[in-house]
Amino acid sequence: MTKLLEWVFGVLLLGAAWAFVTFDILNMNLPRTYREVAWPMPLYLLVTFGCYSLATVGYRVATFNDCDDAAKELQAQIKEAKEDLRKKGFKF
Amino acid sequence: MASRTSTRSRRDGEKYSVLLPTYNERENLPLIVWLLVKYFGESGYDYEIIIIDDGSPDGTLEIAEQLQKIYGKDKILLRPRAKKLGLGTAYIHGMKHATGSFIFIMDADLSHHPKFIPEFIEKQKEGNYDLVSGTRYQGDGGVYGWDLRRKLISRGANFVTQVLLRPGASDLTGSFRLYKRKVLEALIERCVSKGYVFQMEMIVRARQLNYSIGEVPISFVDRVYGESKLGGNEIVSFLKGLLTLFATT
Ligand SMILES: Nc1nc2c(ncn2[C@@H]2O[C@H](COP(=O)(O)OP(=O)(O)O)[C@@H](O)[C@H]2O)c(=O)[nH]1
Ligand SMILES: [Mg+2]
Repeated sequence: MTKLLEWVFGVLLLGAAWAFVTFDILNMNLPRTYREVAWPMPLYLLVTFGCYSLATVGYRVATFNDCDDAAKELQAQIKEAKEDLRKKGFKF
Repeated sequence: MASRTSTRSRRDGEKYSVLLPTYNERENLPLIVWLLVKYFGESGYDYEIIIIDDGSPDGTLEIAEQLQKIYGKDKILLRPRAKKLGLGTAYIHGMKHATGSFIFIMDADLSHHPKFIPEFIEKQKEGNYDLVSGTRYQGDGGVYGWDLRRKLISRGANFVTQVLLRPGASDLTGSFRLYKRKVLEALIERCVSKGYVFQMEMIVRARQLNYSIGEVPISFVDRVYGESKLGGNEIVSFLKGLLTLFATT
């Protein structure tokens, strides 16, 4: 199953569950409070996911390592490499 | 003598082939080769470096020939092609000539540092992984020379990809990886994308085929010499690639 299909199934499943409760499709006489809680659920989920995404990406950007030492090490090694290669007869 | 035996015992007969695709890398090539020789030499693993140059107008091939004279034909193999045919086919071309049972794929522009090679190999042995991927996004991994905007795009794109594809690896667009030879052959055959969506497709297909993936944190230092060949409309081609993979894998 492709990722796209997985998503479609997932959304359909959740959507169906939501519709059953909110509109009491099976006439199960669900308590009013159930319906009132279920009705705005999709929006809550979306907003929560949006916040989670922003927070996660923000945190990861802020903690993205800057490898200053790696850059310095590389610069030093470039010098060393050039000298050594010249000694071995390499012409740049 | 003692040091020799310890070097020996680490070798265990495996050979590692490094595929280095180059296009206009005359400044970088001698340096990356020097570093590869240094770290492979120190760690004692058997290796070969396969340089696939696509007719670079800056004379990269001539540089490669000089390096071959210095380090020997058994260590440096030249498998040039007449014109620029792209990265994906460069790997296929190089792989045909590789004699190692493991294959490293890395860029020749010094953004992938050979000092991580022993770590890749140890990681691979640790879990007998089918492939080991370098990651900028975990542990001590990171980048150098990136401004906030670029970090944001990178992290954002990575997050969206993780959510949509759940690939089981943290760095999808990085291209510093170690593959079992058979695994690379199987993957490359199935991958159709171009550019660096190709790297993403490789890892996504790996998950699809149930290959095991190990990860090693790496530092990615932006190229010092020369310029990037991809670039252009990176974001658009990334999104296209992402959606294609989303719908087909
Ligand atoms: N043989 C070959 N190598 C290429 C081609 N395009 C890029 N490369 C090499 O692939 C590596 C990665 O390319 P680069 O321009 O650094 O991509 P970036 O790091 O994503 O910006 C470098 O070693 C390039 O020299 C190509 O068409 N043919
Ligand atoms: Mg590069």
